[in-house]
Amino acid sequence: MAEAKKKVHFIIERQDGPNSKPYTEEFEVDYRPALNVVASLMEIQKNPVTKDGKKTTAPVWECNCLEKVCGACMMVINGKAQQACAALIDHLEQPIRLAPARTFPVIRDLAIDRTVMFENLKRIQGWVKVDGSWEVHNDAPRQNPRTAATAYEISRCMTCGCCMEACPNVNSGSDFIGPAALGQTHLFNMHPIGEYFKEDRLNALMDKGGIASCGNSQNCVEACPKEIKLTTYIAKLNREVNKQALKNMFNK
Amino acid sequence: MKKKIIVVGGGLSGLMATLKICEAGGEVELFSYCPVKRSHSLCAQGGMNACMDTKGENDTVYEHFDDTVYGGDFLADQTAVQGMTDAAPKLIKMFDRMGVPFTRTAEGMLDLRNFGGQKNKRTLFSGSTTGQQLLYALDEQVRAWELKGAVKKYEFWEFIKIIKNKEGVCRGIVAQDMNAMEIRAFRADTVILATGGPGMVFGRCTASTICNGSAVSAVYQQGAYIGNPEFIQIHPTAIPGSDKNRLMSEACRGEGGRVWVYKDGKPWYFLEEMYPAYGNLVPRDVASRAIYDVCVNQKLGINGENRVYLDLSHIPAEYLERKLGGILEMYSEFVGDDPRKVPMQIYPSVHYSMGGIWVDIKHNTNIPGLMASGECDYQYHGANRLGANSLLSATYSGTVSGPEAMRWAKEGERGSELTDEDLKKAADACRAEYEAILKMDGPENAHQLHHELGDVMNKYVTIERVNKDLDYCFDEVKKILKRWDNIGLTDRSSWSNQEAMFTRQLRNMIIYALVVTKAARMRDESRGAHYKREFPTRDDERFMKTTIAEYDQATEEPKISYIDFDHSLVKPRARNYAVAKKE
Ligand SMILES: Cc1cc2nc3c(=O)[nH]c(=O)nc-3n(C[C@H](O)[C@H](O)[C@H](O)COP(=O)(O)OP(=O)(O)OC[C@H]3O[C@@H](n4cnc5c(N)ncnc54)[C@H](O)[C@@H]3O)c2cc1C
Repeated sequence: MAEAKKKVHFIIERQDGPNSKPYTEEFEVDYRPALNVVASLMEIQKNPVTKDGKKTTAPVWECNCLEKVCGACMMVINGKAQQACAALIDHLEQPIRLAPARTFPVIRDLAIDRTVMFENLKRIQGWVKVDGSWEVHNDAPRQNPRTAATAYEISRCMTCGCCMEACPNVNSGSDFIGPAALGQTHLFNMHPIGEYFKEDRLNALMDKGGIASCGNSQNCVEACPKEIKLTTYIAKLNREVNKQALKNMFNK
Repeated sequence: MKKKIIVVGGGLSGLMATLKICEAGGEVELFSYCPVKRSHSLCAQGGMNACMDTKGENDTVYEHFDDTVYGGDFLADQTAVQGMTDAAPKLIKMFDRMGVPFTRTAEGMLDLRNFGGQKNKRTLFSGSTTGQQLLYALDEQVRAWELKGAVKKYEFWEFIKIIKNKEGVCRGIVAQDMNAMEIRAFRADTVILATGGPGMVFGRCTASTICNGSAVSAVYQQGAYIGNPEFIQIHPTAIPGSDKNRLMSEACRGEGGRVWVYKDGKPWYFLEEMYPAYGNLVPRDVASRAIYDVCVNQKLGINGENRVYLDLSHIPAEYLERKLGGILEMYSEFVGDDPRKVPMQIYPSVHYSMGGIWVDIKHNTNIPGLMASGECDYQYHGANRLGANSLLSATYSGTVSGPEAMRWAKEGERGSELTDEDLKKAADACRAEYEAILKMDGPENAHQLHHELGDVMNKYVTIERVNKDLDYCFDEVKKILKRWDNIGLTDRSSWSNQEAMFTRQLRNMIIYALVVTKAARMRDESRGAHYKREFPTRDDERFMKTTIAEYDQATEEPKISYIDFDHSLVKPRARNYAVAKKE
């Protein structure tokens, strides 16, 4: 007799819309080597039936690249915010529990609304101010390769929101800008041209919900799937903001 | 009044066009499936080509131009390629000013690496996430314009169709909010499609799940020509997977990676033996065919399976970390082995489409008022694209399409404005179509059907193409198109209904699959990525022409014809990577 196929057991937190009540549904997917959470959700799409054989709809979630660079498929898997595409079944304890990252408003099922993260990038002026995309007949400044390597590290932030979900100070009751945007502020302040508008960025972080709301819990650096040394950069930034605050006082 | 341009797609090409339009004083409405910062361009690992000549190799812009034309097996518009290769170093300087953290040499200059089909170091890179870094730079600049009010983003909106006025000029689009499911019509002075490649037509490929070619197929069904659709690039080195084939960048070979299998108990470095001049750095079509031959015909794949080794284990770990860190991390993460210690196992995968919407040198399609740029157009790469030339073509094409969209908005013969009635009619038609999808209740599942489409396309229309198999495949795809009518939706929700949208996309994908298959069937020669054993050589006499596919409403099949293109700069010569390229 053929051996019974190995199954993977999921308990998925579902929610039909932003204001609907959450509920759970259980699913089973055939096991295969190298299976990950996104691939499992794709299998459910092909036959959306619960573990008990009840017909249902396939859970809704967001994904694009499936290579852990786009940041779209972040969700809470067995209690930890992470990218679903890189969550290998072999590394997860079963039943595997999937839930939306509730730091953000839920759209439907596992899909969440991360608009706030993109808005934060406006607040910190997350760009290098160039005159235009045209030629200026002048090379950009050379950079110390070590500094450039640090910039590269921070620039890999994919706005996934793991750090926001992990941070105890980011929640619906607080206006804390959160770790991701702070890391980005440091990035643009490091750049030899970006640095020209460093003061504006630092000033933006003195307002309500700025860097002072960081409670130094250190969760973000643990949660970052790109291993960006967020706490190190936030500490540096904090010193800069304090210096700037003093400067502002004397210049009043 | 300010000119209003609709840009559909916020990958490198769409964002570059958007910037150019803003700088020229126009306003942009930018549509995308996802926040543009998550667009597929960020998957690019390896790099972007530009002649910087900073490695003492006397690299020239001409050499870049010639490598591109030669690599494309003389099917690319040469004047267009020249424009692109001339602009490349300037675009790199632009990205550098915008803060892209390019990998640098010890003296702080931009570093260069080798890539396939090129003898000189010409590929700029930012660690192992070059596309992500380039995309972010443009995303940031566009965000600054958004704050100034010049850009309005419609993220999580799906483009459905263009709207033409009674003169047949494109004057707007219909799109749908992917959460509220609201369908709305929009006016524009010019519309640019920058919707990327059609990888999902093949099911499993190296591209993102949103690279479905649905938008391209939609405008094709509205009369836009598709150019060279049969030229689909198969990347030689990917990790096969059930959800996706994950790319192992060509940079692995660029940094010294060797491809081999066991033969008579000993490692056989077959690329080095077959192509002594370029070795492991032959262009992609050549490498993919060799791997296919070794596995399928000679049955020498690892453990008899379709896999070969891609080996980096002879290279010092510190060097690998610096040059390829992220890529190797991905392999460890998704496969579980450490490529610094054991050779990786890879196999070719569908990767890129050289073909796409036909455009002129300014990126106008044959429908006035509709432009296309980026991977969704057919320009620059001919029959095969060189690695690291696509981040370049995506960016460069945006610098052409953006300003041209503004010129058209000011001077073009645009005919009559769309009336409110026109807008309503267009939106209503899409609404009716959508409502009908919501009601579908047959036995077929859309995702399952998509899987089957991917299977036939992968089997018959990739590395080696056989006429009788292509005929069979075409019939199979037509059957799938029929079966589409029997789909049953499991989800009838009016909020964030992914299944309904996917079902609409799937129909477009099937129609596009017919285009690729038919064009492949008709081209009886071998050129670049298109290879037929029955016709093993290039036939310039008959086929040094651009394929044009035109939609036939009655049969839903493409009509194929051939047109001349500009090859006025270099004469065609045989493409042979066993020996050094001669000029
Ligand atoms: C894994 C991988 C690695 C690669 N590495 C390299 C490399 O190293 N070097 C190189 O030169 N090239 C590389 N390429 C190729 C290159 O990345 C792409 O060709 C290029 O980025 C395409 O850019 P684009 O702007 O045309 O489209 P994309 O970046 O694909 O953007 C398409 C946009 O269109 C939107 N869109 C699509 N359809 C719709 C619709 N119907 N409605 C609304 N929005 C829509 C999407 O949301 C997205 O914003 C790689 C490709 C892959 C798959």
